[in-house]
Amino acid sequence: MILIKCPYCGERDQSEFANGGEAHVIRPKNPESLSDKDWGEYVFYRNNPKGIFYERWVHTHGCKKWFNAVRNTSTDQILKVYKVNEKRPDLSEFQNTLKSPSGEPSVGSGNFAVKK
Amino acid sequence: MISLDVKKKYSIASIVKNSFSNNENWGKMWRNPNPKKHYDVIIVGGGGHGLGTAYYLAKHHGIKNIAVIEKGWLGSGNTGRNTTIIRSNYLWDESAYLYDHAVKLWENLSEDLNYNMMFSQRGVLNLAHNEHDIKEIKRRVSANRLNGLDTMWLDKNEVKDLVPIMNTDNLRYPVLGAAYQPRGGVARHDAVAWGYAMRADELGVDIIQNCEVKGIKTDNYKVEGVETTKGFIKSSKIGVVASGHTSVLAATAGVRLPLQSRPLQALVSEPIKPVINTVVMSNAVHAYVSQSDKGELVIGAGTDGYNSFTQRGGYDVIEETVRAIVELYPIFGKMKMLRQWGGIVDICPDASPIISKCDVEGLYFNCGWGTGGFKATPGSANVFAHTIAKDEPHKINAPFALSRFSDGRLIDEHGAAAVAH
Repeated sequence: MILIKCPYCGERDQSEFANGGEAHVIRPKNPESLSDKDWGEYVFYRNNPKGIFYERWVHTHGCKKWFNAVRNTSTDQILKVYKVNEKRPDLSEFQNTLKSPSGEPSVGSGNFAVKK
Repeated sequence: MISLDVKKKYSIASIVKNSFSNNENWGKMWRNPNPKKHYDVIIVGGGGHGLGTAYYLAKHHGIKNIAVIEKGWLGSGNTGRNTTIIRSNYLWDESAYLYDHAVKLWENLSEDLNYNMMFSQRGVLNLAHNEHDIKEIKRRVSANRLNGLDTMWLDKNEVKDLVPIMNTDNLRYPVLGAAYQPRGGVARHDAVAWGYAMRADELGVDIIQNCEVKGIKTDNYKVEGVETTKGFIKSSKIGVVASGHTSVLAATAGVRLPLQSRPLQALVSEPIKPVINTVVMSNAVHAYVSQSDKGELVIGAGTDGYNSFTQRGGYDVIEETVRAIVELYPIFGKMKMLRQWGGIVDICPDASPIISKCDVEGLYFNCGWGTGGFKATPGSANVFAHTIAKDEPHKINAPFALSRFSDGRLIDEHGAAAVAH
C-alpha cells in the first residue's frame, strides 16, 4: 500500500489514484514520416526500470487532476511529486538503492529468495 | 539409454528400497557446480520455462554445454508463485496452437521426466456475468472448437451442477453461463521446476543457483557473455527467461522490450475438506479459485495498477478479489486466509508472450507471459529451445516475434487472459 501526496489534495491512499504509466513521453511531431518501427516504438514501448521511474498519476476518486511523480520501483518509495507544468526533476537528484540492474534493495523488497 | 536410467530413479522398487533407510539416502536431485568459463548456451532464469528450455536443448537438440543461471533458488520466482492453472482456451489460432502444444506436453510430462507433476485435469470454467460476457465467451468457445480444442458452453444450471456451492443468482452480477475446458486443470508448480532441473542435470546441464546476472555483454550487436556475481561467463547464445526482470536485463544489452513489470498477487486459505473440484475463474468480477490437494483454496488476485518490482502488491487488490469470492461463494465467508504473496509479471501490450530473436545476434527472449505463463511452461520451453538451437523460431512461436510491435500483427488475448491487464 502506498500513500501518495496529491499536489492538490494532500496525502491519500493509492487506491484513490490511477496510474498513467511513464511520464514525459512525447508524441512524435511528424507521424507521417516515421517508419513502422519508430511508430511502434512510440505506441508500444515504455521504459520499465527497476529503480528511479518517472510516472503519471491521476487522482480519480478525488480532484481528478493529473500530476507526475518520481518513484523507486524497487522499493515503491515515492521520491518526488510535481505538477504537470513543473520541470522534470533531474535523475541526479535521486539515489538509486540498487547495486546491480536486477538486484534487490536491502529495504523495501519482498523477494526473500534473494534479499540478504 | 537415458530413459532406462531415468526409470531407475523413481519407481515402486526405489520407494521400498529407500523406506528401509528412513528416506535419508535419496541423494541430491542435481549437482551444484561452479560455473565454467564458457558455455554453448546460457539460460538466464531458473524457473520452469528456463529449466525446461535447457532440458529440451539437451534432449532434442543435442547441445550439452548449457548453463542455467538463477538469481535465487530454482522456482523462487513466478514458477513458485502462480496459482498453477493450466488451460489452452485462447481466442486466436496462434495462441491456441501455442497453449495447446503446452497442454499436450503436460499430459505426458510426468512420464517424460519420471517425476510426478501431480497434473490433474479437473477442468476450467470461465464464467459469464452479463450479455457481453456471453457473446465474448461463446465466440471464444466457437473459435476454440474450430482449433480442435475441447471447450464447450455451459448454461447456468450446468455450471451449478459442476460447482454446487456457487451462488449463481443472488448477487450483483449473476452467473449466466460459462466456458468449460475439461482438459484444463492444475499441476504442482515446484515439481515442474524440479523435474526439469533433475533431468536437465542428468543430461549435463549446469544449474547455477544464487548467482545473479548483472548484465549481458555485447559487442557490435553480438552477444559475448554474461557478467554475474560469480564472474564473467562467455557464451555466444543467451536465452533470457527472467519474467519481470527480463526488460531490466535486456536494457543492459541495449535492447528495449515492450514490457511493463507489475506485482501479481495470490493467496491461499486454511485447508478444508474438498468443496470445489474444478477451477473457476471470472474475469468480470475478478474471482478466481481452485482447491489444492492439501485442501487450501488457491485464489488468484489481480495486478497492481502501477509498475513495481517489490514482490508484494497492494492490499486493495486482494480486498477486491476476496469481496468477489465471498459473493460468488457465500460458504467461504468466514474462512481465514493463511498467506499472501506477490510475483513480478512482465506484461505485454497485447497480453501475449514474446518468444523471439532480437537485433542482437545470439540473444533470445522468452518473456511477456504477463499473468498467465505457468500453463505454457512445457510448450514455451519446447519452442524456445528450438528457437535457440536453430536460430529461427519454431512455426508455433513464429507469430510471437518482437516484430509484431512494428508490423502490427498483434495477438490480442486480453479477453482470454484470466487477469485483466
